[in-house]
Amino acid sequence: MGFFRQALVIAVKDLRAELRTKEAINSSFAFALVILLLFSFAFDSFEETTQQMAGGLLWIVFAFAGTLILNRSFARELPNDCLDALIAAPISGAALFLGKAVANFILVMAVELISLPVFGIFSNVHWTRQFPELLLVLVLGSWGMTVIGTIFSALTVNIRLREVMLPMLTYPILIPPLMGAMQLTSGLVAGTPIAPDTVVWLKVLVGFDVVYTAVSLFLVETVLVG
Amino acid sequence: MSAVEVDGVWKFYGDYPALKNIRLEAAPGSCLALIGRNGAGKTTLLRIIAGFNRPGKGQVRIFGKEPRETETRSSIGFIGHGISVYDELSALENLKLFGALYNLPDPHRSAMEWLERTGLARVATGLVREFSRGMRQRLAVARAFLHEPRVLLLDEPFTALDDKAIAVLQRLLREALEQGKTIVMSTHQLREALELASHVAMLNRGQVAFHGPCTPEMVSDPGYVYARYGEG
Repeated sequence: MGFFRQALVIAVKDLRAELRTKEAINSSFAFALVILLLFSFAFDSFEETTQQMAGGLLWIVFAFAGTLILNRSFARELPNDCLDALIAAPISGAALFLGKAVANFILVMAVELISLPVFGIFSNVHWTRQFPELLLVLVLGSWGMTVIGTIFSALTVNIRLREVMLPMLTYPILIPPLMGAMQLTSGLVAGTPIAPDTVVWLKVLVGFDVVYTAVSLFLVETVLVG
Repeated sequence: MSAVEVDGVWKFYGDYPALKNIRLEAAPGSCLALIGRNGAGKTTLLRIIAGFNRPGKGQVRIFGKEPRETETRSSIGFIGHGISVYDELSALENLKLFGALYNLPDPHRSAMEWLERTGLARVATGLVREFSRGMRQRLAVARAFLHEPRVLLLDEPFTALDDKAIAVLQRLLREALEQGKTIVMSTHQLREALELASHVAMLNRGQVAFHGPCTPEMVSDPGYVYARYGEG
């Protein structure tokens, strides 16, 4: 079986298990909803400064809500020692990682896309004005977040305090892509397309995604087997 | 060529040597029972043979190849302490998943065949979380045998099994031996294990205290090896 088919089998398995339990997506979406609601009370949505902060607020919500999904990624394999069965199977660690990353990415994107209209209503933001470009930023930012979250989920899977350790390890590394995503999103929800002076942030996102995806695919076998 | 060859394996947890210079062999078609007290290193050794952990020193060969090679992994069936199946999936979905990962030509057919053989066909579409303990254990057995492995690595396979699951597992292990497959099992259930074993290896504090053929004395008195080679 080819590499991508193996990854697809893992992704379908993870999505099927999540859709049966909904434990990660429900908690993640509920968290996002509550934080967006609190932000709408904390900041006057008609203030210009609030509009300028919109991208930052949105990505803070996405980063925290996404962690709830990413925490479950390899932890899902712990009951019944399922990780042993996956490590024993004749699939590469890279295919296992990619499958899990794709499943996480779909779940994170689902929470983000459901949260966007809620954010628009609560914060009086017209997020549809540059939607194709906004979608590109969401995809790139979310993939970077997912890759880092998935590899560290593998690294911390056997640690007792993994729910605490994962955010502590991932957020510092996620600062560059989150900065890029916040900058770009703030402009896009204000109706400003990506311009030559902001395109550097898009390059940061692409570069981060490429580098960390490659590094994770290379290292995951060592992370899993030691 | 040996089916399983453990050559001078050491394993350290920090400075503590959990395994010390382990040398063992299992010939094709043989059944090696690994016995020893709790903490003797049986599970650590089996996990290294299965390729889940790397040894600190020494090497393991399965039919002359590294355990982590893809071809080797296809030829190993492992039953550990957990059942290694997903509670959120049905029995059929679990076996089809592993059938696909092991690249079986028709995962659905193989899954149904093994559900039949383990007496789980009538609950094929039931979610594992709704299964009784015995049914879950039989599904774990089906998962380990699904891809017709040449080497079976079993960590305490009879522990906590119900009568039906013990009978199913013993029948499948006998069939596997008749087909020339190799079994390495760690166990505390000496009577069940020694009935199947052709060889016995006893670990004591991370070292091989005894390794040799299973004799009639051992089968008739499972405490014999402990009394003779253990610490009493």
